Amino acid sequence: MRKILLAAAAAVVAASVSFGASAADKLKVGFIYLGPVGDLGWTYQHDLGRLAMLKEFGDKVETTYLENVSEGPDSERSIEQLARAGNKLIFTTSFGYMEPTLKVARKYPNVHFEHATGYKRDKNVSTYSGRFYEGRHIQGLIAGKMSKTGVLGYIASFPIPEVISGINATMLAAQTINPNIKVKIIWVNTWFDPGKEADAAKALIDQGADIIMQHTDSPAAMQVAAERGKLAFGQDSEMIKFGPKAQLTSIMNNWGPYYIARVKAELEGTWKSEDQWAGLKEKMLVMAPYLNMPDDVKKMAEEAEAAIKEGKLLPFKCPITAQDGKEVECKAGTHLDDGQVLGMNFYVKGIDDKIPGK
Amino acid sequence: MQLVLEKRAERSNTIALVSPLIAIGLTIATMSVLFAILGKNPIVALGVYFIDPLADSYSLQEIAVKATPLVMIAIGLSFCYLANAWNIGAEGQFLIGAVAGSWLAVKTHGTDAGLWVLPAMLLLGAIGGALYALIPAICKVRFGASEILTSLMLVYVADLLLDYLVRGPWRDPKGFNFPTTAEFDPVATVPILIEGGRLHLGAVITLLVVVAGAVLLGKTIMGFEIRVVGAAPRAARFGGFNSNRLILLTFAISGALAGMAGIIEVAGPIGHLQPGISPGYGFTAIIVAFLGRLNPAGILIAGLFLALTFIGGEQAQIAMKIPLDVTKVFQGILLFYVLACDSLILYRFRLVSSSPKVSRGVA
Repeated sequence: MRKILLAAAAAVVAASVSFGASAADKLKVGFIYLGPVGDLGWTYQHDLGRLAMLKEFGDKVETTYLENVSEGPDSERSIEQLARAGNKLIFTTSFGYMEPTLKVARKYPNVHFEHATGYKRDKNVSTYSGRFYEGRHIQGLIAGKMSKTGVLGYIASFPIPEVISGINATMLAAQTINPNIKVKIIWVNTWFDPGKEADAAKALIDQGADIIMQHTDSPAAMQVAAERGKLAFGQDSEMIKFGPKAQLTSIMNNWGPYYIARVKAELEGTWKSEDQWAGLKEKMLVMAPYLNMPDDVKKMAEEAEAAIKEGKLLPFKCPITAQDGKEVECKAGTHLDDGQVLGMNFYVKGIDDKIPGK
Repeated sequence: MQLVLEKRAERSNTIALVSPLIAIGLTIATMSVLFAILGKNPIVALGVYFIDPLADSYSLQEIAVKATPLVMIAIGLSFCYLANAWNIGAEGQFLIGAVAGSWLAVKTHGTDAGLWVLPAMLLLGAIGGALYALIPAICKVRFGASEILTSLMLVYVADLLLDYLVRGPWRDPKGFNFPTTAEFDPVATVPILIEGGRLHLGAVITLLVVVAGAVLLGKTIMGFEIRVVGAAPRAARFGGFNSNRLILLTFAISGALAGMAGIIEVAGPIGHLQPGISPGYGFTAIIVAFLGRLNPAGILIAGLFLALTFIGGEQAQIAMKIPLDVTKVFQGILLFYVLACDSLILYRFRLVSSSPKVSRGVA
């Protein structure tokens, strides 16, 4: 018995010593995740980004993540715990962490923070997000070609600008192919709830939609579409294995290059607060292979993708008519400016829906 | 042979006191095995869980912050449960309290309203929660509707109402359409007690509530009535106690405390109204109430202990890279042992030999 105790005590000492030694010379980087790392969507992609970054820097970096952190009062504590544990760069990967991130950042001026999809920055708080609407444009073109019923089914999460601009970009593109195309929208009020997402997909198909798209995080809708023999777009992640005959493409979030760039800046001491809003060109978004469609549609999609990357194709090109029939002011001359997209709170013409709460 | 659970003739007071300690001992033993299987040093892991959070003022403050809403709601629930009134909807009352109090914060936002705003918000929160809790209570008393179902269903109504308000009328006009109100003004915010920390006045209010709860239950006729109606309804009727009146009263108290916890949480640690203000406090508080054996002092200890496992679990994730699921297993095992040991205070296992022929035939 005494031997066991001694061995245990030795192990404790050894563990704490090795912990102390490794902590001193490595840059500690923390991540706060909204869902479980196994959600196969939003959080999963962030974790892939973290792993890619780890692979790039190897021994120079040590990472810690907290998963399933709710956006309520717990998040501030979770972020602060990471700061207290010695993390010098902390990524908070959901919109709802905005105020908590700013609050903790004020308390820890020597720690750098990176908040995904928010709009408030500080000396030590950067923001970053993807131009998801670029991918939506391509999906809209494909949907316009592929829909036989002329009805798209759209599973939406929250009526925030990111989601609304996605719906508008889809419809503007689809209308260029089929001016009479319709969209049915179901607001599920969650980012991640496979049960609700699947129910929404079923309801949309029952209402005549033959193409399902989503702004939620799980592959549940893809599975429903596959079961019912309909087509669908994946979201956040490659979802082809959930619908080998259903997935047309998927807008995949690719955070790895950004995480690598920011950690590199931190290691070199050149980190500064900025706003990064990147799209297909910077590879923050990547389109999954175009499948389950005829060659001409695939060609069209690939051309559109190339044109967006070259800056020749702007998804919010003017003139744009709003739902109420009025033309939208074009602040950037030929297209809507970033502020208009980031604060988008109107539907374009041809959407028979009302923005919740408006 | 058969294993039966049979009621003990008398309950031993020693066992009643020792039972939680046995439960904790068993939890620690089980978790040590689990940590060892995961390749983590059990002693270090347990230290991170239980000792580290108690070792510095920051973590102690965080434990108090986490325990504040749990304890406040659970005290109210204990009134209901002692009186045999089953309020399962504290979560909804918490949300409505938050909404009712936030109404004033939103209305006075940007004005030069004085220091009266916060006290008025707390009062509105309590009234809102109490009125909301009275809906299932009145349905129960007047129509005999099951308060378990009605109070639970009203949680979802409250959730959607809150959702509607922050997406629509109360949305921060400068918030890019994101579903949140503007940050509350300083006069509408619960003050912080220690500079640089998060411990707020709500913790002090909760302590007062614990004391008031103990006095009310232990020293007043009302407390006596509640306990008698719960423990011996027939005797209470003979004694002339009006059980309907007590259902209304306990629901109102419970709703008021849940509502107050809601507005304190929103005006304190969160600072604005948004969807998802509660990670299930109203439901976790039910566990706290029973862990604390419906006794105010017990509830305080249970709430702090549960908060400790949250904070410790988070530190274990950071310091030892132990997955979140393990910390949830940890909490589950703990509750399992506490409830199992509690059952063994009142019941015992006994091997009963049934008719030998039959048992052999079956076996």
